[in-house]
Amino acid sequence: MSQIVPIGPYHPLLEEPEFFTLKVEGERVVDMDVRIGYNHRGIEKLAESKTWDQDTFLVERVCGICSTSHPIAYVNAVEDLLELEIPERAKYIRSVVAEMERLHSHLLWVGLAGHFIGYNTIFMWAWKYREPVLEIFERITGNRNHYAMIRIGGVRKDILKEDIPDFLKAMDELAKKNEMLTKAVIDDPVLHARLKGVGVLSKKDAVEYGVLGPTARGSGYDIDVRRDAPYAAYDLVDWQVITFQEGDVFAKAAVRLLENAESIKIIKQCLERLKELPEGDFFVPVEEIPVGEGIGHGEAPRGEVFHYVRSDGSNCPIRHKIRAPTFQNLPSFKASCIGETIADVALITAAIDPCYCCTERMVAVDVDSGKRLFNGQDLVRLCQEKTERIRDKMKG
Amino acid sequence: MSDGILKLIEQKFGSQVEVQEKSSTRAYVMVERSVLLDVARFLLQEHSARFCTASAVDTRWGVEILYHFSLDLANNIVTVKVLAKKPFLQMESLASFLHAANWIEREINEMFGVQFLGHPDMRRLLLPDDWPEGEYPYRRTQR
Repeated sequence: MSQIVPIGPYHPLLEEPEFFTLKVEGERVVDMDVRIGYNHRGIEKLAESKTWDQDTFLVERVCGICSTSHPIAYVNAVEDLLELEIPERAKYIRSVVAEMERLHSHLLWVGLAGHFIGYNTIFMWAWKYREPVLEIFERITGNRNHYAMIRIGGVRKDILKEDIPDFLKAMDELAKKNEMLTKAVIDDPVLHARLKGVGVLSKKDAVEYGVLGPTARGSGYDIDVRRDAPYAAYDLVDWQVITFQEGDVFAKAAVRLLENAESIKIIKQCLERLKELPEGDFFVPVEEIPVGEGIGHGEAPRGEVFHYVRSDGSNCPIRHKIRAPTFQNLPSFKASCIGETIADVALITAAIDPCYCCTERMVAVDVDSGKRLFNGQDLVRLCQEKTERIRDKMKG
Repeated sequence: MSDGILKLIEQKFGSQVEVQEKSSTRAYVMVERSVLLDVARFLLQEHSARFCTASAVDTRWGVEILYHFSLDLANNIVTVKVLAKKPFLQMESLASFLHAANWIEREINEMFGVQFLGHPDMRRLLLPDDWPEGEYPYRRTQR
């Protein structure tokens, strides 16, 4: 007998609300559907009534976590329209801010994933190490989030020479902590048993669904806008794209943890270059935007962000299309969740680092009797209990 | 643009396409509706392009749909432009053979009122269930 398990629509842990309907037989998921749109704000329409400069700040508010990826993709689009080259210093600053954002986003995810599977130590560690990243953000941009650093033609604020030594020191410390955290996760036998082979997204499915970012790279689909279409300073520094072939939750976690180390590497190289470059030359003034169209993309922590703008020569765009990575990553649940148990679906949906919702508002209802079976806490409990069982088995 | 991909498109589809090379990394290909699916298949299957997304723009003559394909290895974005003419606003669906186009076609359908022929699952995606039929929020007439 199959039952329907609704998850959603409000998500108290991560960002946006979404509503999953799982069709289950026993504990196994046999079909699944996703409903989104609860938080649709019509930003694309709103962008048509704001000026080109205001839109930079508007798109920053698309997401609280990727709040620099959207402006970067947007200014890439406008600079593509203008065929504008920005100063070298601005390129390095853009890369620093974007990589800092990746660091804090990945650490946040690792912490939450740790909590989901009953590893609260990982949660405490990851969030503790995320804190210095936010403190640096506050020092160099004035804000812990929504940094407002990006403008058409460059960046809004310089990174001062006197801030760089402390910044580099913080990165060195974070590199050590991140290495410890990475080893703790990658070498843990219980985590291997718990996460390997769970929610496998094959490379073929990854390509068909057009998934992006760590979700794609965890499935052996080797794409990264930073390398494939270099923007900011990514072609001026030395770093690697991390890929894993397995496509399971473990691979996605490993991609993110190892990417943190690459981000630290990129930031350090950029800061060293910033020390040498003359201060002050960090933007070119842009007077007006001519008629035309432009396409810009950038690699956000969750994958490629894509922006298209069209201008009629006025002070506002006549069309501004925004495509966030979760829009492509979400539908792939159909390929990775079916056949898994409810305890794992909670984890697989979280592994894509989407705007995932479950917990408090989630209830499982027996379709025939209308009786409630699970609520949100039960879902997290199921997930944690499975880890506990594996741990006990390994001990015993 | 590398690989001479634009030349190949011109050779294969002749007068049904009009190619515009904007820069070394961006190109726009205006196509007739009748060859849209063939051009898309040509890019996806023979040149392993990645479907990024589609943008729709409301114009005087209808809704212009832009399918953005990324050729990641060559750092090129080829945008295929096609016009869904007024008054019917219909277009062939890419989602019939491409999962990645499923959601964006649903979005364009509800926001602009373009009907995608052959789409496997044309339900609402973003708008609430009680949104009035026949009102399309992203059209220029909506304020």
